[in-house]
Amino acid sequence: MNVADKKRLLREMLFARRFEERCYEAYVERKIGGFLHLYSGEEACAFGVLEAAKPGHDYVVTSYRDHVHAIKAGADPRKVMAELYARETGSSKGRGGSMHIFDVEHRFMGGYALVGGPFPLAAGMAKAVKMKGGDEIVVCFLGDAANNQGTFHESLNMAKLWDLPVLYVCENNLYGIGTRIDRSTAVIDQYKRVSGYNIPSAQEDGQDVEKVYQAAQKAVKHVRSGKGPYFLELMTYRYRGHSMSDSNAYRSKTEERMWSRRDPVIMLRDRLIEAGEITRDDYKNMDTEILDEIENEVIAFAESSPEPRVEELEKYILAENDPWVYGGGR
Amino acid sequence: MAEIMYWEALRRAHDEEMANDPLVIVMGEDIGVAGGTYKATQGLFDKYGPERVIDTPISENGYTGLGIGASFLGVRPIIEIMSVNFAWLAMDQLFNSAAKVRYMSGGQLQAPVVVRSAGGTAHQLGAQHSARMEKVFMGIAGLRVVTPSNPRQAYGLLKSAVRCNDPVYINEHELMYNLKGEVPDEEYFHPLVGSEVAREGSDVSLFGYNISVHWCLQAAETLSKQFGIEAEVIDLYALSPIDRAGIVSSVRKTHRAVVVEEAEAPVGVGAEVIAIINEECFFELDTAPQRVSAVNVPIPYNHTLEKAAIPNAGDVVERVRRMFGK
Repeated sequence: MNVADKKRLLREMLFARRFEERCYEAYVERKIGGFLHLYSGEEACAFGVLEAAKPGHDYVVTSYRDHVHAIKAGADPRKVMAELYARETGSSKGRGGSMHIFDVEHRFMGGYALVGGPFPLAAGMAKAVKMKGGDEIVVCFLGDAANNQGTFHESLNMAKLWDLPVLYVCENNLYGIGTRIDRSTAVIDQYKRVSGYNIPSAQEDGQDVEKVYQAAQKAVKHVRSGKGPYFLELMTYRYRGHSMSDSNAYRSKTEERMWSRRDPVIMLRDRLIEAGEITRDDYKNMDTEILDEIENEVIAFAESSPEPRVEELEKYILAENDPWVYGGGR
Repeated sequence: MAEIMYWEALRRAHDEEMANDPLVIVMGEDIGVAGGTYKATQGLFDKYGPERVIDTPISENGYTGLGIGASFLGVRPIIEIMSVNFAWLAMDQLFNSAAKVRYMSGGQLQAPVVVRSAGGTAHQLGAQHSARMEKVFMGIAGLRVVTPSNPRQAYGLLKSAVRCNDPVYINEHELMYNLKGEVPDEEYFHPLVGSEVAREGSDVSLFGYNISVHWCLQAAETLSKQFGIEAEVIDLYALSPIDRAGIVSSVRKTHRAVVVEEAEAPVGVGAEVIAIINEECFFELDTAPQRVSAVNVPIPYNHTLEKAAIPNAGDVVERVRRMFGK
């Protein structure tokens, strides 16, 4: 990763942080409804991994904490925000919401709200890629708590059995909703759990985007070379509660302070300042630009967009005008 | 037009669709090397190979989800789930992923997957292998549900289901795989919507689907010969979306309705069809519509109890006789 890449990544990660924090405000203002799960603190995971993969070419799928993955995959942040605002211009036309961002054009295959649901979907997409003979891989991001679902075991078994090109990324933020990992999970190190399926795996610092990138390069290379699945565990921390309805009372201030000292955006910023590649003023200017962009373009677009029409409530349930429904297309 | 068995009709549909499109695959437990519990995939493993005829681990939710994920990218999986009871395990992926993905992505993604499963009470299979779950599937928006009553439908419905861009659940029956019937020699696609008049009649409409169509037909013969009652039998091969117009049209003709289902009455096909009749043509009725259903009990192992739990043609005759005061 060269200096220009690092500077770009710093901007992208800071944008993601400001985007999520702006969502927080909009939620408090009741502009965003439903459940809202924010990614602040975990940015190095999505950015480090997808920097090593090929967003727009490789398929990406994740959970309900999906805004940032979608944006890094190539989704227009304005459309993501419009989706949160439940507008017709939203990435899922206002029918999905925060937990169901989709941008199939950029191969962002969705946010899913059943914990562990995407494990088999990712394996299935990898099966399709393998059948068609492409060199794409499928990158599936999920949290540590998803690994206690049956789909984790069922999917890892099939992914290895058939050597499917899927990279499972475990964002281990130490909590499943409000329950700390050691109170829900017999084995704390998640990468060890996949050894029973003969899948290569690694654990990496999920706060350092450069380390994530390096670990992900190895993982992506393995999967793309046709050797089958890989499991990468990234140790990270979310600043906000599981969702906006979470009081966060289950974590100590000491623990939160400890993790905030290893903030992924600040770590990269300080490294670039130390190396003399940017100044503090450069960073401040970048931040101001980003805040302006989010306000004047992203929020403005969402605010000014129309809502879906009630007349179209039943659109998208089933395929429209599918001749095979009536017994033939010839 | 050749007479073939239900399983042979299914096998032919699988084979033709796999030959037609290299992205059609078959998945399920024992469907490959072993040839399939119901022989519906017999010979396909040797013909199309392990990449397209996939023996899965016993992980119903996992492999159904895998098939759904593959369908997002244009693969057309036909998934066989050995028993409807096991399909409960796959309900998460069917309900939460396949049926909802088109809607929650604002039309960007679709899941053109076919799930076939055998339900019904057969020969002392006990409580965990005798479920009739069509009532659950037909209540899921975004999922099509069809249930063939004969080899012709089994063949034509599967072929249309594979090509249709929606997820389709095909409800089959443990006891019907050896049922014989005529299937067109030329390629044939059966509509996934609508209903069929299996027997014309003027006095009462008997609504059945899958195996209960046969009970209705038997009952209609007895009613005609012994009581002079001419029953019309409507085959509701499509349970979702269900053929409201077809139901109403028959009731307008006969003014009496009996729904016959192998499943328990609560929240079932009978309840749904009678609600439709009440909503659409209540004042056409000469008498209250009835349903002939199973006793609401886990299906017992004992054969006498098992038979007592589910309805048969005699029960249909009895109900219609009482309706006419005969």
